[in-house]
Amino acid sequence: MLTIKNLRVFTENKEIIKGIDLDAKPGEVVAIMGPNGSGKTTLAYALTGHPNYQITNDKFLISKIELNGDDLTDLEPHERSLKGLFMVNQYPVAIPGLTTQSYLWQLYKKHNVGVKTSLLEFRKWITQQAEKLGLDPELLRRGLNDGFSGGEKKKVEVLQMLVSNPKYVVLDEVDSGLDIDALRKIAQTVAKMAKDLKVGILLITHHRDIFAYLKPSVVHVIRDGVISRTGDMSLVDEIESTGYEGNQ
Amino acid sequence: MTKIKPVTTDYKYGFHVKENYVFKSGIGLSPEIVETISGMKNEPEWMLEKRKIGLAQFDKKPLPLWGGDVSTIDFGSIHYFVRSSEKEGKNWEEIPAEIKETYDKLGIPEAEKQYLGGVKAQYESEVIYGSLQKKLADAGVIFLGTDEALKQYPDIFREYFGKIVPPGDNKFAALNTAVWSGGSFIYIPKGVKVDLPLQAYFRINSANMGQFERTLIIVDEGAYVHYTEGCTAPIYSTDSLHSAVVEIYVKKGARCRYTTIQNWSTNVYNLVTKRAWVEEDGIMEWVDGNLGSKLTMKYPSVVLAGKRAHGEILSIAVANKGQHQDAGGKCIHLAPETTSRIISKSISLNGGRSSYRGLVQINRGATHGKSKVVCDALILDGKSRSDTYPTNKLFEGSGQIEHEATVSKIGEEQLFYLKSRGFSQEEAETMIVNGFIEPIVKELPMEYAVELNRLIGMQMEGSVG
Repeated sequence: MLTIKNLRVFTENKEIIKGIDLDAKPGEVVAIMGPNGSGKTTLAYALTGHPNYQITNDKFLISKIELNGDDLTDLEPHERSLKGLFMVNQYPVAIPGLTTQSYLWQLYKKHNVGVKTSLLEFRKWITQQAEKLGLDPELLRRGLNDGFSGGEKKKVEVLQMLVSNPKYVVLDEVDSGLDIDALRKIAQTVAKMAKDLKVGILLITHHRDIFAYLKPSVVHVIRDGVISRTGDMSLVDEIESTGYEGNQ
Repeated sequence: MTKIKPVTTDYKYGFHVKENYVFKSGIGLSPEIVETISGMKNEPEWMLEKRKIGLAQFDKKPLPLWGGDVSTIDFGSIHYFVRSSEKEGKNWEEIPAEIKETYDKLGIPEAEKQYLGGVKAQYESEVIYGSLQKKLADAGVIFLGTDEALKQYPDIFREYFGKIVPPGDNKFAALNTAVWSGGSFIYIPKGVKVDLPLQAYFRINSANMGQFERTLIIVDEGAYVHYTEGCTAPIYSTDSLHSAVVEIYVKKGARCRYTTIQNWSTNVYNLVTKRAWVEEDGIMEWVDGNLGSKLTMKYPSVVLAGKRAHGEILSIAVANKGQHQDAGGKCIHLAPETTSRIISKSISLNGGRSSYRGLVQINRGATHGKSKVVCDALILDGKSRSDTYPTNKLFEGSGQIEHEATVSKIGEEQLFYLKSRGFSQEEAETMIVNGFIEPIVKELPMEYAVELNRLIGMQMEGSVG
């Protein structure tokens, strides 16, 4: 279980998240929707431990992020990752010269300690996964995200997710800038992982298109740093017809 | 005199073995020392004369005021010649035990078996071990210690020695000419392509030692050779001096690649003159990695003398705490349609300083000569420093010189990205740095590439503050 209790987050001396409680169970898809500037991306960064986002506590209201009972709140980003938390970034950065393929191998070894896969077997497998996602395997020989298109970067994020063996995945607007084929392939891959491996998903988005392939059981709407409404897919239909403004 | 003790650090090659030399010159430099060296080597008169010219030039020339601080070198306290073995061994069993132990620790005999066409090992002042694959010897390839080559091939030696780096070229080349000892001599006959690298390994063991090897490589028409060298030394509380001269002649249609990974301990002044003369359609490639030393001043050069000759200088420098890497390259275009490229990558960390210093000159008459210089610096923290000193001289209207330079810091977003994937700060920094130098590492033989990545990983350890 991923549990977020009374989460409050500051960035640049401004409180963006003002007390959020939510949780996700293994294999569950939890959608988080909301207009631009509502705090969705801040939530994603705070969960993964970005240094520019400070989680705030005071004497009476303690913020907490827990994963299967482990307290992640004060852990470094890499420690959170090793506990099984993975974020698919909206804007993945490039690391020139770090060959994508060898990076993925290092990542695989990092998260699959003791598994006896040879480099050759791994390369074959990762090439297949790339092909399934519609990503040209030739790109794996280039520097990580270096000169990749937006869609290619998102697909490389998904490859990283697959090799990182996560327990919970935060998808931060993975659908932005994707064509419909790419969106479908990525969403189906995530859905399959959630189902087969019981991975919990926090799906941050402001479009409903992705729900066609990745169905949430719970939908939260964030407005001004708090959860303003919680419901199921019918809430999405409501937002669709009236907009975020319409359901205060 | 108090005995100088080695200092214990993390530097893997910092061990030293007992000094057990056959002859060690007193400290300081004098005409007598020069005569002693020449006499012990039974050299011809002309070589002694060259040495004397070198000494006179050394005395006459002031210390360079540019580059790094060389005013701290105490020329009066250096041993200019140390002989540790009577003769050059042909197999490792003939090598004195304590020297063999050194090379075993460095993994040289193992490397020789696996991927080298021939090996020279220089210990202190002289080459103490040499081997060359039989098929290469049968093809007429000569790979000798430079002292031995002077004895066996005096004519060819005299024709080329000191021609492209004359005794008075610079203060340190003059010093080398006066007291040179050891180094490699290579001759590749016409049309012979040596597919496995020939390797030399340079080791300083004594304290206050000066190593002045002299390397001479002649690649005849249409031939190819890749020569690699590695350098290490123990760490003493006092400084050592390494001042080599390398002269290379690349004949018509020939190609030479020269790869150095210098990992001297951080008490070594590394002041080296390297120059190649390239004839028509010849290719010279310098691949130069500077990781160790206290101060390195080294600018491998190509003189493109024949039509369509090509020169390439790839240089990586890592400047850690207390180190100054002043490195770069020079390309002189003398003939039409000559091309050159300099790619320099430097990394500064923990207060280290790296400088790129380069010269590109396209002379009048070198029509359509073209050169491109790319230098990228990566600075890992606020204490460290990087400078660029490029000089471009274009005397030919149809010539073209391009220069690109970037200075960057490791981005917070790159670090966070890798950390959020499970890599520690240190691992993430190392991955970014290795990515930065990748364009050069991919040019290295695989064993060198692995070693370079490992060494940089070691430099990065504990660098996070």
